[in-house]
Amino acid sequence: MKSAILVFPGINRERDMARALKLISGHEPAMVWHAETSLPAGTDLVVVPGGFSYGDYLRCGAIAARAPIMNAVRDYAAKGGLVLGVCNGFQILCEAGLLPGVLMRNAGLKFVCRDVHLRVERSDTPFTRGYNAGQVIRVPVAHGEGNYEADEETLKRLEGEGRVLYRYCSPEGVVDDFGNINGAAHSIAGIVNEAGNVLGMMPHPENHVEPIMGCTDGRGLFAGLVAHLDRAA
Amino acid sequence: MKARVTVTLKSGILDPQGKAIEGALKSLGVDGVASVRQGKVFDIELAGADRAKAEAALKEAADKLLANTVIENYRVELL
Repeated sequence: MKSAILVFPGINRERDMARALKLISGHEPAMVWHAETSLPAGTDLVVVPGGFSYGDYLRCGAIAARAPIMNAVRDYAAKGGLVLGVCNGFQILCEAGLLPGVLMRNAGLKFVCRDVHLRVERSDTPFTRGYNAGQVIRVPVAHGEGNYEADEETLKRLEGEGRVLYRYCSPEGVVDDFGNINGAAHSIAGIVNEAGNVLGMMPHPENHVEPIMGCTDGRGLFAGLVAHLDRAA
Repeated sequence: MKARVTVTLKSGILDPQGKAIEGALKSLGVDGVASVRQGKVFDIELAGADRAKAEAALKEAADKLLANTVIENYRVELL
Protein backbone atom coordinates (compact mmCIF):
# COMPACT_ATOMS: atom_id res chain seq x y z
CA MET A 1 0.00 0.00 0.00
CA LYS A 2 1.54 3.27 -1.15
CA SER A 3 0.21 6.04 1.02
CA ALA A 4 0.59 9.81 0.94
CA ILE A 5 0.27 11.90 4.09
CA LEU A 6 -0.68 15.55 3.63
CA VAL A 7 1.33 18.02 5.68
CA PHE A 8 -0.10 21.42 6.58
CA PRO A 9 1.45 24.03 8.86
CA GLY A 10 0.31 23.20 12.39
CA ILE A 11 -0.31 19.50 11.78
CA ASN A 12 1.39 17.41 14.47
CA ARG A 13 0.27 13.80 14.08
CA GLU A 14 1.79 13.13 10.67
CA ARG A 15 4.76 11.21 12.05
CA ASP A 16 2.60 8.98 14.24
CA MET A 17 0.57 8.22 11.13
CA ALA A 18 3.69 7.56 9.04
CA ARG A 19 5.03 5.17 11.68
CA ALA A 20 1.76 3.23 11.81
CA LEU A 21 1.49 3.03 8.01
CA LYS A 22 5.10 1.88 7.64
CA LEU A 23 4.65 -0.70 10.37
CA ILE A 24 1.50 -2.21 8.91
CA SER A 25 1.92 -1.78 5.15
CA GLY A 26 5.70 -2.15 4.98
CA HIS A 27 6.00 0.94 2.79
CA GLU A 28 7.30 4.33 3.88
CA PRO A 29 4.52 6.85 3.14
CA ALA A 30 5.22 9.94 1.05
CA MET A 31 4.88 13.23 2.91
CA VAL A 32 3.09 15.73 0.68
CA TRP A 33 3.36 19.45 1.43
CA HIS A 34 0.11 21.45 1.26
CA ALA A 35 1.40 23.76 -1.48
CA GLU A 36 1.87 20.84 -3.91
CA THR A 37 -0.67 20.51 -6.67
CA SER A 38 -0.44 16.78 -7.32
CA LEU A 39 -0.19 13.51 -5.43
CA PRO A 40 2.61 10.98 -6.06
CA ALA A 41 1.78 8.63 -8.95
CA GLY A 42 0.35 5.31 -7.84
CA THR A 43 -0.94 6.54 -4.47
CA ASP A 44 -3.25 3.93 -2.91
CA LEU A 45 -4.28 5.94 0.14
CA VAL A 46 -4.27 9.64 1.01
CA VAL A 47 -4.18 10.45 4.71
CA VAL A 48 -5.11 13.81 6.19
CA PRO A 49 -3.55 13.61 9.66
CA GLY A 50 -4.43 15.25 12.95
CA GLY A 51 -3.11 18.38 14.56
CA PHE A 52 -3.98 22.04 14.53
CA SER A 53 -3.58 23.20 10.95
CA TYR A 54 -3.21 26.98 10.82
CA GLY A 55 -3.74 27.09 14.58
CA ASP A 56 -7.43 26.30 14.09
CA TYR A 57 -7.84 29.90 12.90
CA LEU A 58 -11.25 30.86 11.49
CA ARG A 59 -12.70 27.35 11.97
CA CYS A 60 -10.92 24.04 12.53
CA GLY A 61 -9.66 22.82 9.16
CA ALA A 62 -11.16 25.74 7.22
CA ILE A 63 -7.93 27.14 5.84
CA ALA A 64 -6.24 23.79 5.17
CA ALA A 65 -9.35 22.70 3.25
CA ARG A 66 -8.61 25.46 0.70
CA ALA A 67 -4.92 24.58 0.24
CA PRO A 68 -3.66 23.83 -3.30
CA ILE A 69 -3.15 20.11 -2.62
CA MET A 70 -6.85 19.71 -1.79
CA ASN A 71 -7.84 20.10 -5.44
CA ALA A 72 -5.68 17.07 -6.22
CA VAL A 73 -7.28 15.20 -3.32
CA ARG A 74 -10.74 16.10 -4.62
CA ASP A 75 -9.88 14.72 -8.09
CA TYR A 76 -8.32 11.63 -6.54
CA ALA A 77 -11.42 10.99 -4.40
CA ALA A 78 -13.76 11.57 -7.35
CA LYS A 79 -11.96 8.76 -9.17
CA GLY A 80 -12.56 6.44 -6.23
CA GLY A 81 -9.19 6.81 -4.48
CA LEU A 82 -9.16 6.02 -0.76
CA VAL A 83 -8.90 8.99 1.62
CA LEU A 84 -8.60 8.78 5.41
CA GLY A 85 -8.96 11.88 7.58
CA VAL A 86 -8.22 11.63 11.30
CA CYS A 87 -9.13 14.30 13.87
CA ASN A 88 -8.12 17.61 12.26
CA GLY A 89 -8.12 15.59 9.04
CA PHE A 90 -11.83 14.82 9.55
CA GLN A 91 -12.49 18.53 10.13
CA ILE A 92 -10.53 19.38 6.97
CA LEU A 93 -12.48 16.86 4.86
CA CYS A 94 -15.79 18.30 6.10
CA GLU A 95 -14.65 21.85 5.39
CA ALA A 96 -13.47 20.76 1.92
CA GLY A 97 -16.93 19.39 1.18
CA LEU A 98 -15.64 15.82 0.78
CA LEU A 99 -17.76 14.77 3.74
CA PRO A 100 -21.09 16.22 4.89
CA GLY A 101 -21.65 17.99 8.21
CA VAL A 102 -19.35 19.80 10.56
CA LEU A 103 -17.38 19.24 13.78
CA MET A 104 -18.56 21.64 16.47
CA ARG A 105 -17.11 22.50 19.88
CA ASN A 106 -17.43 19.55 22.28
CA ALA A 107 -20.75 19.75 24.11
CA GLY A 108 -18.93 19.72 27.46
CA LEU A 109 -16.67 22.59 26.27
CA LYS A 110 -13.57 20.70 27.41
CA PHE A 111 -10.72 19.34 25.32
CA VAL A 112 -11.04 15.57 25.65
CA CYS A 113 -7.78 13.60 25.64
CA ARG A 114 -8.17 9.96 26.62
CA ASP A 115 -8.93 6.47 25.37
CA VAL A 116 -12.47 5.90 24.14
CA HIS A 117 -14.37 2.87 22.96
CA LEU A 118 -15.74 2.67 19.46
CA ARG A 119 -18.26 0.26 18.04
CA VAL A 120 -17.44 -0.84 14.50
CA GLU A 121 -20.83 -0.72 12.80
CA ARG A 122 -20.04 -2.89 9.78
CA SER A 123 -17.10 -4.84 8.45
CA ASP A 124 -17.79 -4.80 4.70
CA THR A 125 -15.94 -1.57 3.88
CA PRO A 126 -12.27 -0.90 3.05
CA PHE A 127 -12.00 1.04 6.32
CA THR A 128 -13.47 -1.62 8.60
CA ARG A 129 -12.74 -4.99 7.02
CA GLY A 130 -10.00 -5.61 9.59
CA TYR A 131 -12.73 -5.81 12.25
CA ASN A 132 -15.97 -7.67 12.84
CA ALA A 133 -19.29 -5.85 12.74
CA GLY A 134 -20.25 -4.92 16.28
CA GLN A 135 -16.68 -5.26 17.55
CA VAL A 136 -15.62 -2.77 20.21
CA ILE A 137 -12.16 -1.23 19.87
CA ARG A 138 -10.23 1.09 22.19
CA VAL A 139 -8.42 4.07 20.66
CA PRO A 140 -7.38 7.51 21.90
CA VAL A 141 -9.06 10.84 21.15
CA ALA A 142 -7.56 14.30 21.60
CA HIS A 143 -9.81 17.10 20.44
CA GLY A 144 -11.78 20.14 21.50
CA GLU A 145 -14.06 20.22 18.48
CA GLY A 146 -15.26 16.75 17.64
CA ASN A 147 -18.98 17.14 18.15
CA TYR A 148 -20.32 15.96 14.78
CA GLU A 149 -23.43 17.77 13.60
CA ALA A 150 -25.42 17.71 10.39
CA ASP A 151 -28.99 18.56 9.46
CA GLU A 152 -31.70 15.98 10.09
CA GLU A 153 -31.92 14.95 6.47
CA THR A 154 -28.16 14.34 6.22
CA LEU A 155 -28.19 12.28 9.42
CA LYS A 156 -31.09 10.24 8.11
CA ARG A 157 -29.17 9.57 4.89
CA LEU A 158 -25.97 8.65 6.74
CA GLU A 159 -27.89 6.15 8.85
CA GLY A 160 -30.04 4.85 6.02
CA GLU A 161 -27.05 4.25 3.77
CA GLY A 162 -24.96 2.66 6.51
CA ARG A 163 -22.34 5.38 6.34
CA VAL A 164 -21.67 5.63 10.06
CA LEU A 165 -18.73 3.24 10.44
CA TYR A 166 -17.57 4.09 13.97
CA ARG A 167 -19.65 5.16 16.97
CA TYR A 168 -18.65 6.13 20.52
CA CYS A 169 -19.83 3.51 22.99
CA SER A 170 -19.27 1.96 26.41
CA PRO A 171 -16.59 -0.76 26.85
CA GLU A 172 -19.44 -3.25 26.36
CA GLY A 173 -20.48 -1.67 23.08
CA VAL A 174 -23.56 0.16 24.33
CA VAL A 175 -24.17 3.44 22.53
CA ASP A 176 -25.56 5.96 25.02
CA ASP A 177 -25.09 9.55 26.20
CA PHE A 178 -22.51 8.48 28.76
CA GLY A 179 -20.21 6.99 26.14
CA ASN A 180 -20.74 9.92 23.79
CA ILE A 181 -17.66 11.89 24.82
CA ASN A 182 -18.30 15.07 22.84
CA GLY A 183 -22.05 15.20 22.26
CA ALA A 184 -21.85 14.13 18.60
CA ALA A 185 -25.15 13.53 16.82
CA HIS A 186 -26.00 9.81 16.94
CA SER A 187 -22.67 9.28 18.80
CA ILE A 188 -20.91 9.51 15.44
CA ALA A 189 -17.13 9.04 15.58
CA GLY A 190 -16.52 8.26 11.91
CA ILE A 191 -18.44 8.47 8.63
CA VAL A 192 -17.82 7.78 4.95
CA ASN A 193 -18.90 9.71 1.89
CA GLU A 194 -21.63 8.49 -0.43
CA ALA A 195 -19.23 6.45 -2.58
CA GLY A 196 -17.65 4.91 0.52
CA ASN A 197 -14.03 5.78 -0.36
CA VAL A 198 -13.52 8.75 1.99
CA LEU A 199 -13.53 8.18 5.77
CA GLY A 200 -13.35 10.89 8.41
CA MET A 201 -12.99 10.01 12.09
CA MET A 202 -12.11 11.93 15.25
CA PRO A 203 -10.25 9.15 17.16
CA HIS A 204 -6.62 8.23 16.44
CA PRO A 205 -6.27 4.57 15.40
CA GLU A 206 -2.63 5.27 14.48
CA ASN A 207 -1.84 5.69 18.18
CA HIS A 208 -2.87 2.15 19.11
CA VAL A 209 -0.84 -0.04 16.78
CA GLU A 210 2.10 -1.30 18.87
CA PRO A 211 2.19 -3.21 22.17
CA ILE A 212 4.28 -0.44 23.76
CA MET A 213 1.28 1.86 23.32
CA GLY A 214 -0.70 -0.42 25.61
CA CYS A 215 -3.16 -1.48 22.95
CA THR A 216 -3.13 -2.51 19.30
CA ASP A 217 -6.83 -2.09 18.50
CA GLY A 218 -6.07 0.53 15.85
CA ARG A 219 -4.17 -1.91 13.66
CA GLY A 220 -7.31 -3.41 12.16
CA LEU A 221 -8.16 -0.24 10.29
CA PHE A 222 -4.80 -0.14 8.49
CA ALA A 223 -4.54 -3.91 8.07
CA GLY A 224 -8.03 -3.85 6.54
CA LEU A 225 -6.97 -1.21 4.03
CA VAL A 226 -3.92 -3.24 3.06
CA ALA A 227 -6.07 -6.36 2.62
CA HIS A 228 -8.62 -4.41 0.57
CA LEU A 229 -5.92 -3.10 -1.78
CA ASP A 230 -4.24 -6.51 -2.08
CA ARG A 231 -7.53 -8.02 -3.13
CA ALA A 232 -8.17 -5.23 -5.63
CA ALA A 233 -4.68 -5.62 -7.14
CA MET B 1 -13.85 50.99 0.39
CA LYS B 2 -14.53 49.46 3.76
CA ALA B 3 -16.82 46.57 4.33
CA ARG B 4 -17.95 44.32 7.12
CA VAL B 5 -18.94 40.67 6.93
CA THR B 6 -20.80 39.35 9.96
CA VAL B 7 -21.01 35.60 10.44
CA THR B 8 -23.53 34.13 12.87
CA LEU B 9 -24.62 30.63 13.78
CA LYS B 10 -27.88 29.51 12.23
CA SER B 11 -30.76 29.21 14.64
CA GLY B 12 -31.12 25.74 16.05
CA ILE B 13 -27.34 25.12 16.00
CA LEU B 14 -26.08 24.48 19.52
CA ASP B 15 -23.60 27.17 20.59
CA PRO B 16 -21.72 25.95 23.68
CA GLN B 17 -19.47 29.04 23.68
CA GLY B 18 -22.47 31.36 23.66
CA LYS B 19 -23.98 29.34 26.49
CA ALA B 20 -20.79 29.67 28.56
CA ILE B 21 -20.70 33.43 27.97
CA GLU B 22 -24.37 33.66 28.88
CA GLY B 23 -23.64 31.86 32.15
CA ALA B 24 -20.71 34.18 32.88
CA LEU B 25 -22.81 37.28 32.25
CA LYS B 26 -25.48 35.97 34.58
CA SER B 27 -22.93 35.21 37.28
CA LEU B 28 -21.57 38.76 36.88
CA GLY B 29 -25.04 39.98 37.71
CA VAL B 30 -25.63 41.63 34.32
CA ASP B 31 -29.38 42.08 34.30
CA GLY B 32 -31.84 40.85 31.73
CA VAL B 33 -29.62 38.60 29.60
CA ALA B 34 -31.97 36.05 28.05
CA SER B 35 -29.46 34.34 25.76
CA VAL B 36 -26.12 34.82 23.99
CA ARG B 37 -25.01 33.56 20.58
CA GLN B 38 -21.39 34.08 19.55
CA GLY B 39 -20.43 35.09 16.03
CA LYS B 40 -17.57 36.62 14.05
CA VAL B 41 -16.98 40.00 12.42
CA PHE B 42 -14.55 40.58 9.53
CA ASP B 43 -13.59 44.14 8.65
CA ILE B 44 -12.34 44.15 5.10
CA GLU B 45 -10.80 46.88 2.98
CA LEU B 46 -11.42 46.66 -0.72
CA ALA B 47 -9.48 48.19 -3.57
CA GLY B 48 -11.61 49.98 -6.20
CA ALA B 49 -14.89 51.86 -5.87
CA ASP B 50 -17.37 49.66 -7.75
CA ARG B 51 -19.97 48.76 -5.13
CA ALA B 52 -21.61 45.95 -7.10
CA LYS B 53 -18.22 44.32 -7.74
CA ALA B 54 -17.28 44.74 -4.10
CA GLU B 55 -20.48 43.14 -2.94
CA ALA B 56 -19.98 40.20 -5.29
CA ALA B 57 -16.39 39.73 -4.07
CA LEU B 58 -17.50 39.79 -0.44
CA LYS B 59 -20.24 37.26 -1.08
CA GLU B 60 -17.70 35.02 -2.78
CA ALA B 61 -15.32 35.44 0.17
CA ALA B 62 -18.07 34.53 2.62
CA ASP B 63 -19.29 31.53 0.62
CA LYS B 64 -15.83 30.16 -0.06
CA LEU B 65 -14.12 30.76 3.25
CA LEU B 66 -15.45 33.14 5.89
CA ALA B 67 -18.62 31.19 6.66
CA ASN B 68 -19.40 27.50 6.75
CA THR B 69 -22.89 27.69 5.32
CA VAL B 70 -23.78 24.30 6.78
CA ILE B 71 -24.03 25.96 10.18
CA GLU B 72 -23.57 29.68 9.65
CA ASN B 73 -25.33 32.64 8.04
CA TYR B 74 -23.54 35.76 6.93
CA ARG B 75 -24.36 39.38 6.23
CA VAL B 76 -22.35 41.66 3.95
CA GLU B 77 -22.31 45.43 4.53
CA LEU B 78 -20.50 48.14 2.57
CA LEU B 79 -19.63 50.90 5.00
